[in-house]
Amino acid sequence: MTPEKSMTIENETILKVDDLRTYFPTRTGLFKAVDGVSFDLKRGKTLCVVGESGSGKSVTARSILQIVDKPGRIEGGSILLTRADGSTTDLAKLDARGKEIRGVRGKEIAMIFQEPMSSLSPVHRIGAQIGEGLRIHFGISKKDQRERVLELLRQVEIPRPETAIDRYTFEFSGGMRQRVMIAMALACNPQVLIADEPTTALDVTTQAEILDLIRRLQKSHGMAVLFITHDMGVVAEIADEVLVMYRGKVMERGPVEQIFHAPQDDYTRGLIGSVVKLERKAEVRLTRPDIPADTPPLLDVKNLSMTFPSGLKAVDDVSLIVRPGETLGIVGESGSGKTTMGRCLLRIYEPESGTIDFRRADGSTVDVRTAGSSALKDIRREMRMIFQDPVGSLSPRKTVAQIIAEPLKLAGMKGRTLDDRVAELMQQVGLEPAWRERYPHAFSGGQRQRIGIARAIAVNPRLIIADEATSALDVSLRSQMLDLMMKLQDEMGLSYVFISHDMSVIRYMCDRVAVMYRGKIVEAGDTDQVVNHPAHDYTRALLSAIPNPDPRDRRIHNRFRYDAAAAARPVPANG
Amino acid sequence: MTDITHLPPETGPSLDLRARDIAVAGQWKLFWLKFKKHRIALVSLVVISCMYLIAIFADFIAPFDPNATNARFTYAPPQGISLMLDGSFRPHVSQLKMTLNTESMRREFAPDPQKPVSVGFFVPSNPYNLLGFIPMQTKLFGLTDPKVGDSLYLFGADRLGRDIFSRVVHGAQISLSIGLVGVFLSLILGVTIGGISGFFGGWTDVVIQRFIELLRSIPTIPLWMGLAAAIPVGWPPLRTYFVITLIVSLIGWTSLAREVRGKFLSMRNEDFVTAARLDGMSEIGIIFNHLVPSFMSHIIATLTLAIPSMILAETALSFLGIGLQPPIISWGVLLQEAQNIRAVSQAPWLLFTPAAAIVISVLSLNFLGDGLRDAADPYEALT
Repeated sequence: MTPEKSMTIENETILKVDDLRTYFPTRTGLFKAVDGVSFDLKRGKTLCVVGESGSGKSVTARSILQIVDKPGRIEGGSILLTRADGSTTDLAKLDARGKEIRGVRGKEIAMIFQEPMSSLSPVHRIGAQIGEGLRIHFGISKKDQRERVLELLRQVEIPRPETAIDRYTFEFSGGMRQRVMIAMALACNPQVLIADEPTTALDVTTQAEILDLIRRLQKSHGMAVLFITHDMGVVAEIADEVLVMYRGKVMERGPVEQIFHAPQDDYTRGLIGSVVKLERKAEVRLTRPDIPADTPPLLDVKNLSMTFPSGLKAVDDVSLIVRPGETLGIVGESGSGKTTMGRCLLRIYEPESGTIDFRRADGSTVDVRTAGSSALKDIRREMRMIFQDPVGSLSPRKTVAQIIAEPLKLAGMKGRTLDDRVAELMQQVGLEPAWRERYPHAFSGGQRQRIGIARAIAVNPRLIIADEATSALDVSLRSQMLDLMMKLQDEMGLSYVFISHDMSVIRYMCDRVAVMYRGKIVEAGDTDQVVNHPAHDYTRALLSAIPNPDPRDRRIHNRFRYDAAAAARPVPANG
Repeated sequence: MTDITHLPPETGPSLDLRARDIAVAGQWKLFWLKFKKHRIALVSLVVISCMYLIAIFADFIAPFDPNATNARFTYAPPQGISLMLDGSFRPHVSQLKMTLNTESMRREFAPDPQKPVSVGFFVPSNPYNLLGFIPMQTKLFGLTDPKVGDSLYLFGADRLGRDIFSRVVHGAQISLSIGLVGVFLSLILGVTIGGISGFFGGWTDVVIQRFIELLRSIPTIPLWMGLAAAIPVGWPPLRTYFVITLIVSLIGWTSLAREVRGKFLSMRNEDFVTAARLDGMSEIGIIFNHLVPSFMSHIIATLTLAIPSMILAETALSFLGIGLQPPIISWGVLLQEAQNIRAVSQAPWLLFTPAAAIVISVLSLNFLGDGLRDAADPYEALT
């Protein structure tokens, strides 16, 4: 398995999927999760399957290994696996519980899953888990097995493999676990690696490391990689070929260049369009006059700190200001304390020190951190929140009208006025007022988020804390939601504190941005300044790790790594 | 929706009729839709409803006074009803002919086909008050024209010639209601104490949880025995009944309290509860507007599963002779009367009839509770 060898047999088709159909029988009929999908997987090449949630991309991957969740089953089509010795097998014809397909799983086709937290067993040492495939498929001796596992750990660049092999998965970070997963997949030298959103649960810097690793291993092993993702940036960075899926059907298939720069299909064009749209500042914000820097701030936070009972200092001496009509972006990776900080501003958590001066409508300022309960109640009418999770933030037992009306009712509105106001709000956020009697379960994620926005603006607030408000949405909905928020900002003179891990969303919408890292703000300034000329090394590392949705300009390979962090902590936790 | 309008629009709630129904379906409707899919639970619901109806209208359904004795028919066996007589539809039983076996000194009964006794619906009876206040003179079924020597023992008679069927029907009143009353007491205790524990947390929570663990660690039967033994013998039957329900619900509330506490703890940090708090809703408002509706269905399921254990507890106590005492009739009391070798060998119906009633009701309640529990969170499948 040398690079030279893989070069000679390049372009050889290993897996040929033809007219694959996987259906799920439901109470109301047949759900066609995969409906006539065909593609070829070639040695040494990466095929990206891209699509939004529910497009059937994961089911396609699972169909290949016959591990589709019940009651789904393969209805038709063929999955032709060609081995190195020239023999072929149609995987679609095999018994899902039979010996033959088990011989293929892990040995000839390996898979890595999205969730590194739950796809590894917490009760076995990682050495045993990686070696399991070797034991099952080759039955090699314990000693040889250990040797091979150590070699694999070295390949996936886990530090100190000799000690790591005897540790448990919970002792590793998410990125490290995903490396263990990859080592497990590589154990039997598979010809095909299926990666089902392997970086979605990871931070962007960790994602860059893992993508890099997969690509390097693919080159050295000469594997074919089937990479499933919803992120067009990732596609542009790693794909050779792309398959665009929508509702179980293939919309377009072609080389990555063509998909990004000359898409043939309308759906693909729309998808690329919505990604590219988020690559620059929103047009409505380009033409808007700047907010004068000497405007008295709406929110003036000084030296805010908050420590959890566990001793974790989640917010560490944070100071920031928000001017009226402005959007302040807070960007950072998971665990940077950005969500905690947002919640401290509303006193959902109790910060232990600092001041949060909020300028009331009458011009007086009040410190939210020390406000009494009745003052806090008033402040919370002017300062509202939009939540990340569009499912958990709406009570499933209330109708849309009840949900939106709740803050109004508590403010004393009732009867006809209340009904009219709810209808007006629903219209304002782009929902049909006729849907008022429906329950949240009848709405899609984007619509639910609109309900959440309607609830937030119901009492005419002046500041809204939006905590990852678009993270749970598909990319095509993301810009719509941001456009809606900016429209409301202009209509109502709102200010936003927009918390996100996604730089493109921040760049699209925010006037100024603050970068958080380990509870501290490491850099703050105008969005253009921070994005184009980052001053802090961490910001540079963060920006350079973001996949660029242009296959002609692949960047993460040459990314900037933030090394100061390694010096500050004993063990490299990420990557 | 700007330059991507050609994308399929954010699909609204789909428009076929069923989906539209679901879209406006509240939690109880969804609950019912999901419950309906659980076949056994549905059947159990019907069975249990019938049993409770029988208990409520026991006076009307039981053909005889459960305490009416008849020395002539000591240990009379069950009589089968024949539907046809002389080629026409005339439901009847055969009169029992009693002979004294001089060797074993036992009464032996044999049906005498020559003497049919006709049976009918809505037969006149001695005046009684249905539910204690509706004066009635009709029974659901019975002998149309009772004469001396006629009898109708569907499930046989006991030592004093009392009709077992009537006694089991009347026993249902006590046995099934003790479960309900007990569960009601458990509900009040469990929700209040569990709610306090989950809501206040901290020391209150620790004290309450340790107390619950202490209670649960005491072996139940000796505890009940000790408490039941403390009931003065001279107390009127009704008061004894209430004390017994208190005793059996003493343990029952603990599991409910834990359930409620767990729900409280998990719900408190849900985003929609935080949202309500930010809307300015008071803690009490949050509890009654958001928390209680969220775990109501879970509580109902837990309660349903708690009823059988109450019924069994009463039965166990009465069977041991320390629960209810005659003349009160409960299934446990009936079992206790069958507690001798003679009953088992010569009159097994004394044992099997109340036992069957207990098994059917407990099984049905358990299946019903399973179905309710599965349906308790109707949103899992939808979201």
